[in-house]
Amino acid sequence: MTGALQIEALTVGYGGAPVLHDVSFALAPGEVVALLGANGAGKTTLLRTLVGLVAATAGTLRLDAGDLRTLRTEERARRGLALVPDGQSVVAELTVEENLHLGALWRHRGRARTRAVDEIFTLFAPLARRRDSAGHQLSGGERQMLALGRALIAEPVVLALDEPSLGLAPLVVAQLMGTLREAARQRGLTVLLAEQNVTSALSIADRGVVLDLGRIVADAPADQLAADETLRHAYLGF
Amino acid sequence: MDRLLFLFATGLARGAVFALFALSLVLIWRAARIINFAQGAMALVATYLAFAVTGLTGSYAAGLAAGILGGAAIGWAIERGVMRHAPHSTPLAGVIVAIGLVMVLQSLLGIVFGPQYRPMAAPFDETPIFLGGVPVLSPYDLFILVVALGVMGLLAVLFTRTSLGLQLRASAFAPEVSRMLGVRVDRMVTIGWMLSAAVAALAALLLIPTELGLNPHSTDMLFVYAFTVAVVGGLDSPVGALVGGLTVGVVISLVTGYLGSTVAPIGVLVLLVVVLLVRPGGVFSMREARTA
Repeated sequence: MTGALQIEALTVGYGGAPVLHDVSFALAPGEVVALLGANGAGKTTLLRTLVGLVAATAGTLRLDAGDLRTLRTEERARRGLALVPDGQSVVAELTVEENLHLGALWRHRGRARTRAVDEIFTLFAPLARRRDSAGHQLSGGERQMLALGRALIAEPVVLALDEPSLGLAPLVVAQLMGTLREAARQRGLTVLLAEQNVTSALSIADRGVVLDLGRIVADAPADQLAADETLRHAYLGF
Repeated sequence: MDRLLFLFATGLARGAVFALFALSLVLIWRAARIINFAQGAMALVATYLAFAVTGLTGSYAAGLAAGILGGAAIGWAIERGVMRHAPHSTPLAGVIVAIGLVMVLQSLLGIVFGPQYRPMAAPFDETPIFLGGVPVLSPYDLFILVVALGVMGLLAVLFTRTSLGLQLRASAFAPEVSRMLGVRVDRMVTIGWMLSAAVAALAALLLIPTELGLNPHSTDMLFVYAFTVAVVGGLDSPVGALVGGLTVGVVISLVTGYLGSTVAPIGVLVLLVVVLLVRPGGVFSMREARTA
């Protein structure tokens, strides 16, 4: 598995109303791509379609040339595709440690799983102190760290994140993005980062893809997107 | 005082069975978010199977094993064959299907085995043992108590100490997130139904020998009591099922002993109404989440 992700002519709709129209782009192995766009642009729908929570109407999804559309969500996860969804994806009733074990279940067994959990505690030191706390007792920042750590522990080849900065203080966002960039670099992860916090996302991305009303309106290197004033004003709001 | 002690002890034994059956309802609720009104009827089918196997082999243990395994098989068949295909858009659909199943299963049992009560022998003596001249528990009551509490202990270990238990809990609380983490949630739901139906079958197998006998409606009152226990304890709470079961068992025993058996069901229903009014989620219902 190298983490080459290919999205071709993807069309998705809810109850007959199309949300994504003919969306095509690809991620090279190890590439970090920011998926940008306003509310309702279709970012979340695209990520949910990628992991199989929403069915595509048409198009193809390939991970390392393997067809994803025929696989159920859990099988896509076992192929190395991880999504950190927005909001409350931590299992509130489980402890921090149990959440991590859950993420590691199919990838690691026995002592290897314990070692993998310890590695995540090293990467996210504040979580180690909350090891036995239930998910519902964590702050927003801790929950986001746990969701990211839980995705990383399964050693995915492609990591998709939906608005990881949502509701977090700027300092926490900066820490989270730094950890994400570092983890991606060290592990050779392909990352698809959906964000409304454009500055943060572009600061760690190699490339940016801009969605507007379900269509791709720009696909360019991150620094080029950040410098394009017309595009920034029209679609990115800064 | 002797009578109080006796009623308390036998109430604990009955309560352990109520707790076990209530736990089976909690297991289904946590696995599939369905209040399975067919649980009693499903347990009865397993009990008839146990009755037949014991009759054929002459062995209580063989009947007990067949009943528990049969219960698991019934749980598998009902989930795969019926419940999985019920619409999930509203919880009411599953409830209506479950009520339909009660009618079908009880009618089939009536057609095949007839409406008469069939005596089911207990494997141990039901005469109370005297401790210091005071009647306490019969050997069979002791057997019930040990088996029920033992099974609950094993389930606690399964859910809190094993990978399967972690997946079962995660699938129940957060099925979508669990899927994204590679957990085969559909399989967990089936296992939840199998576990639940096996536990309910065991509860029915333990209780029926102490009642009038085996009949297509033998588990009706057991279901009502256990449902009360599950609601009083909190449908999400195995601890609630245990504490609620033992409490209801003792209350029924004391009310029956001092006020008469006709008053006991009324007492249980009063308890149900009071809890629903004061704490609708149950006494041991789940925590509130941190919001900041």
